[in-house]
Amino acid sequence: MTALMIDNVYKHYGALKTVCGVNLKVQAGERVALLGHNGAGKTTLIRMILGLTPISSGSIKVLGTVPGSRLARQSIGFLPESVAFHGALSGREQLRHFARLKSITPRMADDLLDRVGLSDAADRKIRTYSKGMRQRIGLAQAVLGKPKLALLDEPTSGLDPISRHEFYDIVRDLANAGTAVLLSSHALTELETRTDRIAIMSKGKLVANANLEQLRQNARLPINVKVTTTPDHADRVAHELGGTRVNGQSISLTCLQNEKVAVLGQITAFGEVIKDVDVTPSSLEQLYRHYSVDNQEGM
Amino acid sequence: MSVFTISALELIIARRNMWVATSVILMGLFTAVLTLAGGAPTGTLSVDPLTIATTSITTLSVYLIPLIGLLLSFDAIAGEAERGTLALNLTYPVSRIEILIGKFLAHLAVLAFAIGVGLGLAALLTIWQYGPADLSFTPLVKLFFTSLALGAAFLGIGYLVSCLVRQTGAASGIVIIIWLVCVVLYDLGLLGALVADDGGSFTKTIFPWLLVANPADAFRLINTPVASVSVLASGIGAAGGASGLAGQLTSLLIWPVITLFLAWLAIRRIEL
Repeated sequence: MTALMIDNVYKHYGALKTVCGVNLKVQAGERVALLGHNGAGKTTLIRMILGLTPISSGSIKVLGTVPGSRLARQSIGFLPESVAFHGALSGREQLRHFARLKSITPRMADDLLDRVGLSDAADRKIRTYSKGMRQRIGLAQAVLGKPKLALLDEPTSGLDPISRHEFYDIVRDLANAGTAVLLSSHALTELETRTDRIAIMSKGKLVANANLEQLRQNARLPINVKVTTTPDHADRVAHELGGTRVNGQSISLTCLQNEKVAVLGQITAFGEVIKDVDVTPSSLEQLYRHYSVDNQEGM
Repeated sequence: MSVFTISALELIIARRNMWVATSVILMGLFTAVLTLAGGAPTGTLSVDPLTIATTSITTLSVYLIPLIGLLLSFDAIAGEAERGTLALNLTYPVSRIEILIGKFLAHLAVLAFAIGVGLGLAALLTIWQYGPADLSFTPLVKLFFTSLALGAAFLGIGYLVSCLVRQTGAASGIVIIIWLVCVVLYDLGLLGALVADDGGSFTKTIFPWLLVANPADAFRLINTPVASVSVLASGIGAAGGASGLAGQLTSLLIWPVITLFLAWLAIRRIEL
C-alpha cells in the first residue's frame, strides 16, 4: 500500500522556488531517508505533507487523502526538527495530552515512556530534562498510536550514540509493524544500514531516489582498494597495479565497479606477496556529495 | 472533545505558572481591603454597605481584570509558535479554532475563579461586619458576570495580539500598551475632549457612545448604581444614561465576540 504519494510537487514563495517537481512514493513498512543540505527543501516538503503549508502545484496524497485532513492527521506521526515542550508540564502529562488528541488511551502513552527509556523521569517537569530526553518525548509522541506514516525531521540530533541505536530500533519495529517512515538526517553514516531507500534533495529538486546499491552503480564512484604486501615487494606491486604507496607496506588504489573483479584477480595473482586486501565501496557520504554537490555545480 | 483536552492542559499550565494563584491573590487582597476600608467612612450612611463595596470593587476591577485577562492570554499562541508546539499540535487531528476555544475556556475558568473568590470574600466580609439582613446581593452577581465579560473581551485581545506578533516578548509589550490605552488614556482623552468642547454638541451626542464603546467604561457604567451616583460616583454616571443599559450590555457582550472572532481570523492566517 502506498502510504505517501508525492506527485510533481512545487512550492514557491513569490519568485523563490523551494521545491521543484518532486516525485516520491513511500510504501507501508518502508524506511526512506531524505537527505539534503540546509535549505534544500526537505522541511518545506515535510510541511506540505503535513498540510501545514499549502502546495503551489502538484499533489500529495497521504493514505489516499489530502494532507491536513482529519484522517491524514490521525494517521501521521511527526517529529519536528527542534521540538520544545512547555517546561511546566511533566513528560507523562505532555504525552497523555497528545494521546487524548489522537483518541488513544493514556495507558499507551505510559507504555511508550518506558519504551523510550523515560519511565523514571516521566513525572518530572520537562524543564528539568536534557536535550536528549526532550527528543525522546518528541519521538514518543511521533510513534504514539502506531501511525501509518511517520515523518521524522532530524530525529537523532542531540542523542548520544546509545540513544541513537535505541532510536533506530524503535524505527525498525515501527516499519516492521507496517508504518511507512520518512526521515531526514545529516548523520549519514548511521543511515546506511538503517534505511531501505535514500532520496536526496538539492535546491528543491529530487536528484536521487534509490537504494544504496543502485545509487552506487548509477554514481559510478571509484571503489577504494587497499593492499598490504610484505615490505620488500611493496614497490613492485604498487608499480604493477598502478597504485600509490601509503606507508611501508600498504598500497592504495581505486577502480570502478565493473573493474573490481579484474583488479582483485590481478592482486591475487601476486600470491604469497599479498598479506591483506581491503575493498571499501563508496560511502553514503561520498554518494551524497556526488549527488547533491555535483548536481548543484551542473546546474 | 479536543477542546476540553486542550482546556485541561491549559489549566495545568496556568496552575503551575502561578497565574491562578496570582489572579486569586490579587483579586482577594484588593477586594478585601476595599470592602473593609470602603465601609469605614460611610458606615453611618443610608446606602447599602454591599453597594459601597461593589462600587469600590468596580473601580478596581476596571484596572485589574483587563490586566489579568491580557496576562493570561498574551503568551497563548506566541509561546507555542516560538516553542514549535503550535505546528506540532496542528499535525494532530485538532483544528485551530479548537485550540483557540480550548485555551479561552481554560483562561475564562481561571478568571471566573479569581473573580468568584474576590467577590465571595467581599460578601463574607460585609456579612461579618453588618449581618446578613437587608443586604442585596444582586449587584454582586451582576458584577461577577460583567467582570467575566470584561475579562473575556481582553482575553480575546490578548489572543489577537499573540497570533499577530507570534513573539512572546513583543506580545507582552503590546498588551501592556493596549491595557494603558483602554483603561487610562482613553478616559483621559475623552475627558480632555469634554473640557475642550465645554458642554457643546460633542458632549451630548458623540461622547456617551464613545464612552460606552470602550468595554472597560461600559463595565464601569453598568456597575455604578444609578441611585447612588450622586452619593458615590463621579459625573460619568449621568453620561451613561444616554446609551442606556442596553447599549452598555451590548458593548460588554459584543467585545468578547469581536475580539475572539478577530483572533480566530488571525490564527487561521498563521502559515507554519
